[in-house]
Amino acid sequence: MDQKKEEMNMFETLSHLALQQYWWIIISLLGSLLVFLMFVQGGQTLLYALGKTEMERTILVNSLGRKWEFTFTTLVTFGGAFFASFPLFYSTSFGGAYWVWMLILFCFIIQAISYEYRTKPNNFLGTKTYESFLFINGALGTILIGTAVATFFTGSQFSVNDMNSSRWETNFYGLEAALNLHNLSLGLAVFFLSRVLGLLYFMNNVDNEPILERARKQLWYNSIPFLVFFLTFLAWLLLRDGFAYDPTTKVVFMEPFKYLHNFLAMPFVLIFLLVGVVLVLVGLVVSLFQKSTKGIWFSGIGTVLTVFSLFLVAGFNHTSFYPSTFDLQSSLTIENSSSSNYTLTAMSYVSLFVPFVLAYIYFAWKAIDKTKINEEELNKESHIY
Amino acid sequence: MLDHFDYTLVNWSRAQFALTAMYHWLFVPLTLGLGFIIAFMETIYVKTKNPEWKKITKFWMTIFGINFAIGVATGIILEFEFGTNWSNYSWFVGDIFGAPLAIEGIMAFFLESTFIAVMFFGWNKVSPKYHLLSTWLVAFGANLSALWILVANGWMQFPAGMHFNPDTARNEMINFWEVLFSPVAINKFLHTITSSYVLASVFVVGISAWYLLKKRETSFAIKSMVVAGVFGLLASIFTAFSGDTSARLVAQKQPMKFAAFEGLYNGSSGAPLMAFGIVSNEKDSSQNYLPDVKLKIEVPNLLSYMAYLDPNAFVPGINDLINGNLQQGIMSATEKIERGKVARVALRELKDAKKKGDTVQYASLKKKFNDPIFQNNYFKYFGYGFLNDTNSLVPNVPLTFYSFHIMVAFGFYFIFLFIVLLRYIYKGTLVQKRKFLRLLLFTLPLPYIASQAGWIVAEVGRQPWVIQDYLPTVAAVSQINASAVQITFWLFFVVFTALLIAEIKIMTTQIKLGPKEGGNEHV
Ligand code: HDD
Ligand code: HEM
Ligand code: HEM
Repeated sequence: MDQKKEEMNMFETLSHLALQQYWWIIISLLGSLLVFLMFVQGGQTLLYALGKTEMERTILVNSLGRKWEFTFTTLVTFGGAFFASFPLFYSTSFGGAYWVWMLILFCFIIQAISYEYRTKPNNFLGTKTYESFLFINGALGTILIGTAVATFFTGSQFSVNDMNSSRWETNFYGLEAALNLHNLSLGLAVFFLSRVLGLLYFMNNVDNEPILERARKQLWYNSIPFLVFFLTFLAWLLLRDGFAYDPTTKVVFMEPFKYLHNFLAMPFVLIFLLVGVVLVLVGLVVSLFQKSTKGIWFSGIGTVLTVFSLFLVAGFNHTSFYPSTFDLQSSLTIENSSSSNYTLTAMSYVSLFVPFVLAYIYFAWKAIDKTKINEEELNKESHIY
Repeated sequence: MLDHFDYTLVNWSRAQFALTAMYHWLFVPLTLGLGFIIAFMETIYVKTKNPEWKKITKFWMTIFGINFAIGVATGIILEFEFGTNWSNYSWFVGDIFGAPLAIEGIMAFFLESTFIAVMFFGWNKVSPKYHLLSTWLVAFGANLSALWILVANGWMQFPAGMHFNPDTARNEMINFWEVLFSPVAINKFLHTITSSYVLASVFVVGISAWYLLKKRETSFAIKSMVVAGVFGLLASIFTAFSGDTSARLVAQKQPMKFAAFEGLYNGSSGAPLMAFGIVSNEKDSSQNYLPDVKLKIEVPNLLSYMAYLDPNAFVPGINDLINGNLQQGIMSATEKIERGKVARVALRELKDAKKKGDTVQYASLKKKFNDPIFQNNYFKYFGYGFLNDTNSLVPNVPLTFYSFHIMVAFGFYFIFLFIVLLRYIYKGTLVQKRKFLRLLLFTLPLPYIASQAGWIVAEVGRQPWVIQDYLPTVAAVSQINASAVQITFWLFFVVFTALLIAEIKIMTTQIKLGPKEGGNEHV
């Protein structure tokens, strides 16, 4: 009985700060799952590199076509959860970096119809157009998302007044982020990572020798730039000044080596990063040298851990996760941008649905992925993209 | 306290939101209704094991998929548009409004997108029972998503379960259940989903009628019509009832919207219901009264009865709401604006005291804000403090009025249509009634018109408010260049229109191909 009562109160007893941290962890988790699921986007950029005939491309599209909705829905939920837990971020970033977010959204709008309409008769725009929509989504979408997330570390030019109403202070409305090389290094790292993951996914999901042959070759061409861009980003991050705030006065100030300090101050986050990076490498090695088809699991879990650790470093240990370079004191922290105690508590109960959601996704995937995709399988299928 | 609103920016932002929402709403109602219709059909298949029902299910599933894809494409933008275009709004009410959106994602969208994969690709991979369950879960998920988004919308029309926190300068949730179970939200949900079932039923019936006119797929068409006819009749009756309740709730919570869609300029006790009239949008600023409707046909006392279940109740008209009506205890708009300004000045002073470090002044102002008397007499009118012209409190009356009357007229027509349809099917004479079949085909677009009209009533009718009485639309907007919004408006216009053309072409081609064993055609 007593224990039950305690369970009923599980979130009410937490302090506001603890709830803010809990929600930052959820946002980080959603963000890292999203990056992993962007194997769909990466795969979309490889249709012509891997598929030389119409049938081969159809195999590839159908292999991705059973997963794209998860990536899409994760993006939508990431947005919704960010809104509910840190509304000041939602209003400041979306309402200010207008162009970046609008471009990202357009990339996803054109993706959503492309699978279903690609090979339907009388489809108005033609198969090639829908395939190019998939390519644009895969290429531009990943680069822009990576670039936008990098501003969590490099900052943007906005101000927030005492009524918490925000304003962007450049007329490029977010496009200026793409001019920063550190941002771009993450954008390109995410782009090549999504291609690497796409290749590993195909190796696991498709049963077609010529495609697999080409995928192994492509893996070399994409792993190397991925590693170059990612390590550039990481090294730069560890060396740069970061946006810290004083826990009592809440005043924001620049601290040299802030992100390096964060890793050292939170050893478990450092472990996530190291284990994550190692797992990504293991996935690459077993796929490249041992022709294993299980690489996606290593690299996938590694991606989730790595991105998770980066998000934690951006928001924890008295760090501003959405800094303003225009006015330091306008910077957003998990403390000054969150929802009220009540809303975070209510939403925390909702978060208990997440494991349940993950469980049914797992079972549905297992059912759908029972057989690998090949020509024979597709000929039996009534719903084909 | 002078506000400088950029009206070009506000108007383009409104146009963009209206455009994207209306495009989204072209596809959503069909998803909401067809999901259940397919689930009924597949249930019959699993029960009877008759392969014809499998063919029927698969055909409508193909149509569902084509429509669903574009619903998803038009939906993602709305999720983010509250931030991109209404960022002040997103802060001012985000503490309450964000929650339903997040819950929609976690609870509904994943359910839908997971099981839709099983529904489309699972025929040969999972057991028939598992497959049937997936189909039901897709229908259920879509309707669950409608619940949460309509809770969010209902809350904007009737804000409940919150209080204002001057420190953060926003409204904060104090009672989740009041937000979820607000009568406005629940009723909005019921009316919207049932009207969507009507739309989907008319859609299925209309296309089936086309096959009968072409003398093709007769058995397929009649079977589809039986399912959709029964579903449609029940849904259309429920739509009329829930619409009636909607109107009553509007009368209580948003009297100006009610007066606008009823075309009621001058209120009275025992107010008549107007069945027909010519409404103008003249705003006469020289005299205080707006001109009344011309060529009215009225039913005495009916409006009072419908709004308050009392034939002699007083129903305020637009002029009463603007000029006030002392006898009926209605405060004038000028007075509300004054009080709203007092509340806004108090908030400004509180902020200034905080900035100056004047802790005494700050503490006393904060106490004032939490005082129920101040809350009820001043803060309640906070949003009015942004406005200067009382005429801006009147929405576009003709648009709201005509939209409302079109929706209601169609609503009764659909009930009648489904009754006749079921009678002909029952008597076995439907195939010979070619005129009626043609009527069914031409009815296909009408629920779309009714549905869009309903949203115009709801959304245009609540202007100038984005949050009733708390935040006017002009103050909700993101501070960006109007030209940026102008460009995205046209981008959306071009992209969505191209996608709409593609979807219509693909769908009509699939319909012409007709149900095949496989259910789907590809090159
Ligand atoms: C097939 C579509 C359809 C049909 C036939 C009807 N409605 Fe409706 N109506 C809607 C589709 C709709 C809608 C699209 O679902 C709306 C828009 C906003 C909302 O909550 O539901 C709506 C809104 C709406 C509102 C405004 C609610 C608000 O402002 O919040 C009222 C008062 C009614 N309806 C009343 C009726 C009545 C009395 C009908 C008589 C039969 C009727 N509707 C038929
Ligand atoms: C899908 C069905 C919907 C349609 C067709 C629709 C239609 C419209 C229209 C026509 C406007 C412009 C009104 C004007 O400026 O005169 C508008 C504005 C708006 N609607 Fe809706 N609406 C829909 C659903 C929703 C929902 C569910 C929400 C909230 C959850 C919402 C929130 C808004 C907001 C924030 C605005 C902009 C501010 C304003 O102009 O008032 N709408 N909508
Ligand atoms: C009356 C209002 C609305 C209802 C009933 C509604 C319902 C739905 C439904 C059933 C879907 C599934 C796809 C489809 O059916 O075509 C959907 C998709 C979507 N809607 Fe709406 N919607 C409404 C308005 C809005 C608004 C205002 C937003 C913004 C918050 C929104 C955001 C979305 C998103 C992001 C998707 C794609 C989600 C996915 O499946 O991944 N919708 N909506």
